[in-house]
Amino acid sequence: MYVAVKGGEAAIANAHRLLADRRRGDRNLPSITIEQIVEQLGLAVDRVMAEASLYDRALAALAVRQARGDMIEAIFILRAYRTTLPRFGYSEPVDTANMKIERRVSATYKDLPGGQLLGPTFDYTHRLLDPSLIADETVAEPAVKEPGEHVMRVSDILDGEGLIEGDGQMPEGHVMGDLTREPMEFPMARDLRLQALARGDEGFLLALAYSTQRGYGRTHPFVGEVRIGEVEVELDLPELGFAVSLGTIRVTECQMVNQFMGSAKQPPQFTRGYGLVFGQSERKAMSMSLVDRALRTDEFSEDIVAPAQDQEFVISHADNVQATGFVEHLKLPHYVDFQAELDLVRRMRRDYEAANAGDTAKEQREAAE
Amino acid sequence: MMDAKLKQESPPDPARKKAMGLLARATLDELNAAWEALADKPDVHPVRGPETGLVMVRGRIGGGGDPFNLGEATVSRATIRLSSGEIGHGQLLGADRQRARLAAIFDALAQREDDRANVDALLQQVADRLALEERRNAEETAATRVDFFTMVRGDD
Repeated sequence: MYVAVKGGEAAIANAHRLLADRRRGDRNLPSITIEQIVEQLGLAVDRVMAEASLYDRALAALAVRQARGDMIEAIFILRAYRTTLPRFGYSEPVDTANMKIERRVSATYKDLPGGQLLGPTFDYTHRLLDPSLIADETVAEPAVKEPGEHVMRVSDILDGEGLIEGDGQMPEGHVMGDLTREPMEFPMARDLRLQALARGDEGFLLALAYSTQRGYGRTHPFVGEVRIGEVEVELDLPELGFAVSLGTIRVTECQMVNQFMGSAKQPPQFTRGYGLVFGQSERKAMSMSLVDRALRTDEFSEDIVAPAQDQEFVISHADNVQATGFVEHLKLPHYVDFQAELDLVRRMRRDYEAANAGDTAKEQREAAE
Repeated sequence: MMDAKLKQESPPDPARKKAMGLLARATLDELNAAWEALADKPDVHPVRGPETGLVMVRGRIGGGGDPFNLGEATVSRATIRLSSGEIGHGQLLGADRQRARLAAIFDALAQREDDRANVDALLQQVADRLALEERRNAEETAATRVDFFTMVRGDD
């Protein structure tokens, strides 16, 4: 237990001054601007927005700079900032079917309406360090081509045959939850779980997703579709009586298709896991969709045999702001607590040694007899 | 509740809805230039804001199912009244309150017959820029379209 301490103001002020110095680094180098971070470290900015659960590129870039590139610290700062702002309302649900597509791939269909669009991907690169990026070499303009037809959703193609479950309905009369408004409770409904996963730690969700592939709760997945692009955010204005567009945000969506053998209630069909994440992050969206599917044990009467299927375990530990707060608080002064434990261990040790001394004396007596 | 639903189903003013969407995407430079270009600038009185807050962005389970809360976004908004009485609302993503205020002013100006042409010119400029950007992005993405060939497995 942490007990409050006093003092140390001068040391703390100097430590923060030192932090500012180290953050700035060599003064002979130009300092990095917010615009540069937004433009050139865009995926770091995206991750901070997703896990802070706050979409604002400039503020996320500021957090990255302030945190010296420590992602969880940046997420923490941005998450803390959001608590200072009033809530204006809830948007209309974003329409990912009408996304302005920047990337879209499917692992289930080779030829599909809209095609396989690689976009700005790391896939098929050789993962070799590129010396041309050391020097500031000129970068070529992107190639262009006549755009093709509307990029149809893969789930709609499978749905045409009736071999896949629908998009996902909550039970009749379900009231949508909001993690930022109510404390967590288990069992947790799927809408709340998705909210928690959307802001969950990428590394934690990646590891859990990986565990399902390695046999800790089988999900038997195919990537039906990953799509990245811009969607409109619309807000209903009560004073006007209609919803207006506030602009667009970039999101990554993953439709994971999973096999299901059927049950007494449901015929054999494909089931689904869903991932939706702020920014460009298909690793996170894919992980989220695998974990979403793994957590749907109650809907398919599946036994909970693996960590990724245990919603209390997954959801309670997915938030890296909570996790880092509880792990890192251990380094704060625990002097009183520790003194109490030290005293206890000393007493136990005295008793142990006294008892031992008695035993040894007894053994020696017995040996002598 | 019923009223809200009815209102949503039939937006009373589709032109204003579209204009507000474009004003939300107008850059500060575009808005400032349009304001400077006005020969007869009206007096503007603040009614609300400009202020920055949050909107909880919603998604749908599976893309088209029931809604869930995805995460928040910063939103700036302003409501103003022109000296001639028109009320304007501006609301857009991000923390730029200046843009929100200017968007509100142009929403109000759009209701005045005399300024209609000026506002339309601004809206056209924004719409043209967005169409160009969108077209460019679509073309760049189209250039990365691939056709995978499936190799035949095993003996023939």
